[in-house]
Order: sequence, then C-alpha cells, then structure tokens
Amino acid sequence: MIQFQDLHKAFDGKQVLTGFTLDVKDGETLVIIGYSGSGKSVALKHVVGLLHPDAGDVTVDGRAVSTLDRPSLAALRREIGFVFQFAALFDSLNVADNVRLGLERRGLPADEIAERVREALALVDLTGTDDRYPAELSGGMRKRVGIARAIALRPRYMLYDEPTTGLDPVTSAVMDRLMVRTREHLGVTGVVVTHDMRSAYTVGDRIAMLYEGRVRQVGTVEEIRQTEDPVVRQFIEGRPS
Amino acid sequence: MIAHVGRSAVAGIKAVGRFGQFVSDMVRALSDVATWGRLTPVQMRRVGVDSLPVALFIAAFTGVVLALQASYTFTGTVPLYFVGTLVGKTMMLELGPVLAGLALAGRVGASMAAELGTMRVTEQVDALETLAYDPQSYLVVPRVLAGTAMFPVIVALAILTGILTGWLASLLLLDLSTQEFIKGLKLFYRFKDTWFGLFKSATFGFTITLVGCIVGLGTRGGAEGVGRSTMQAVVYSAVLLLMLDAFWAMVLLR
Repeated sequence: MIQFQDLHKAFDGKQVLTGFTLDVKDGETLVIIGYSGSGKSVALKHVVGLLHPDAGDVTVDGRAVSTLDRPSLAALRREIGFVFQFAALFDSLNVADNVRLGLERRGLPADEIAERVREALALVDLTGTDDRYPAELSGGMRKRVGIARAIALRPRYMLYDEPTTGLDPVTSAVMDRLMVRTREHLGVTGVVVTHDMRSAYTVGDRIAMLYEGRVRQVGTVEEIRQTEDPVVRQFIEGRPS
Repeated sequence: MIAHVGRSAVAGIKAVGRFGQFVSDMVRALSDVATWGRLTPVQMRRVGVDSLPVALFIAAFTGVVLALQASYTFTGTVPLYFVGTLVGKTMMLELGPVLAGLALAGRVGASMAAELGTMRVTEQVDALETLAYDPQSYLVVPRVLAGTAMFPVIVALAILTGILTGWLASLLLLDLSTQEFIKGLKLFYRFKDTWFGLFKSATFGFTITLVGCIVGLGTRGGAEGVGRSTMQAVVYSAVLLLMLDAFWAMVLLR
C-alpha cells in the first residue's frame, strides 16, 4: 500500500504540494488527475525518493521513503516500476539493452535476463525491435519500451507519469490497453498521473483530483463522472473558466 | 548592496557544500566496483583514443614553434644545441600538460557536461536511480577514473610528439644535427621533469572530468540549460587547470 501523508513540497518558494494525503490500495489502479503544473508528477517522484518532501512523507508498505538509507531505498526501488513522461530511455543503448539494464542490476543469470527482455518486449508488442536505438523509435514506441523496461523487473507497483501525453488518440488507446494488460498479467498496484480523462476512465479503479496542492476529490470512476464539485466538473469536462 | 553580498556569500557557501557532498558521494560510490568496473574501460577509450588526435595536433605544431623561437632567441649568444633543452623542458614541464589540458577541457569536459546535462533534463538520470543504480557509480566514477588515468597517457604522447617535431624542425630548418639536439635535450634533464608533467596532467584529468560531471548533473532547464552547462564546464575547467598549474609549480618546483 502506498500512502501519501500530508505531503508538502515547494520549489524556489513556490508551494506545489500543501498537505497532499492519499492512500493507494493494494491491487488497484489509482489515477491522479489535475491541471498542468499542479504537482502530480512531483507527488509521484516522492514515492521512489527522487524528491524529498519539505514536510509529511510517502510510505510504501509502511516504509517512510524519506527516512530510508541508501540500501533500503535501492531495495524499495527494486519493487517499483516507473514509466517516465518522455520514456527517459538511455540514448546510447538499444531497445534490448535499455530493458536489460535494470535486470543486470539485480544480478540475474544471463539466460533469465534474455527471457525477461523477450517477454517484456512481447507484452508491449515490440518484438523484433531489440537492436533499434531510441532515436529510431516513434514517441509511442519509446513509451512502450519504457513500460517494457519497468515490467521486466516484475515490480509490485507501477507508477506512470503522463503515459499518454503527446500521443495521438489511437496510440493513447494502445497505451491504455497496455496499462490494463500489465495490471492483468502482473497483478500490480498502479498509480497513473494524467490529465487525459479518457485514459483516466479507461485504466483507473479510482480517480483523485489534485488541486492547489492537495486532494480535491477522490472516488471511483463513476463517482467522479457524477461529481457535483464545480472544480472537478470543470476539469473533467474540459471547460475553460 | 549588503543584501546582494549576503546572497552571494550564501550561494558561495552552498556551492562549496554541494561540491563537498558530490565528492563524498563519489568516494562512497567507489565501493560499487561491479558497476563502474565494466564502464570505466569504455570511458577510457572515449577519453583517450577520441582525444588523442587533438592533443597530438597541438603538440606537433607547438614543438616546431618552440624550436624556431628558441633558435630566434639564442642566435649569436647561446649555443644552438640549447634548442633541444628548451623544447624538451618546455614540452615536459609546461606546454605538453597545459596545452593538451586546455584542449581537452574543451573536448572532454564540454562533452561530458553536455551528455550528462542532457541525461539530467530528459530524466535519464532519474530513470537510472529508479532502476536502483547510483548515478555516481554509473556515470561519475567511470568518467573521473578514465580522465585521471588517460590524461597522463595522452600528455606523454603529446610531449613525445612535440619533442619529435621540435627535433625535425631543428634538423630541417635550423641546420642542427641530431647529436646536437639530443645533447641539448639531455643537458639539464632530470627524471622529475617527466613525472612532474605526467602527475600534473593526472590532476588536470581528474579536475576536468569532475567539473564536467558536477556541472552536467547540476543542469536545469532544458536545451538552454545544457548549453549553459557546457560553457560553464569549459570555463571552470580552464580556470581551475591554470590555478592547479601554478599550485603544482609552487609546491613541487621550488
């Protein structure tokens, strides 16, 4: 279980998170929606210790992330797959090596690494792209390699940072299907950060809206669809103020 | 005015603190041999082989110019075989290490800052961390070790090239015989001439690569930030290199 507990974070004096509190239950996919710059990605990066909170904390299965020492943080990160907004693939490595990198860190035998790379690429429909470099891939393909890199580790948690941003509607739908498939195959708990409502409705069990640094509303997909909160309504309907 | 001075002082103290933290993290990462051990040879090849043509090119012309300038200075007053002395001493003690160092500050330091800066702004460094790698052991240690190990090799070859072209220039343009050139070369030679230049170049390699890594990993703000980091890496490296040069002269040559 991932728990955001009264998380506060500011950058250069600008308060981004002001008491963000939210629980992600085991086995569910929770979608965090919100305006651009509202702090969704900032919240997500606290889960893997890429950012340190000014106050509050994130706990993963009871472990307070900001208090972990290096080995404990590395152990925690081994349980979490992170898919970055622009995939963050290593330019100098080909597709297979990108997927292989995290597996090598775990010290797995070479044949198991090869098998997991093959499986992960097959799951994201990228079989046969092993030798291609990130610069030779489309945006959608790069994001799928990012997912393959994360799922090859067989994590307990998957964190997706804006997985459909910058993609055309069809490729976005492919990504949504992939996230659902990943959850079905691996049974992982997921947190998806997005402002794409179609994607949120497709992949989420619950949706939370982050507004002015804290959770404005959290509920099932149906509850969010039926919300009467004017701020949430305006966002999900995409109405300008 | 006072507020400005205060802000600058605080920023300076913070920068020193960040530098200290960075170096301490790098030293700690040395224990992760499994990671940096396999990546260091790759960086050694990049730093060494890729940088060699630039260093040799500069050294070759420096050797010729030194021989001609020495001859121009000595004519009629000092025996011409001192050309060999001046070419050898100057290449070994100063121009070999410093000119190659300055050239490589641009070649190696800038490329490291640009590469790591791009990795930082495209979240590749964050991705490394989420894969449970320590960026220090994966990115920094191999580069700094490679720089420290390869700079003396590059500089040694640059010194040899400079002396060789100095000899050729003496032979072909100054009517100096090989025996005379070698006589001059050996005249005031001390073993310290060799190790001083190579030791100094190792510290240059360490500094240039460390600065490239610190500036690169501290990059903020997209393409503009990468450009700024690249420029800063060259400027800081060059300034530190010249300061180190004076420092080692004061410490080791007095």
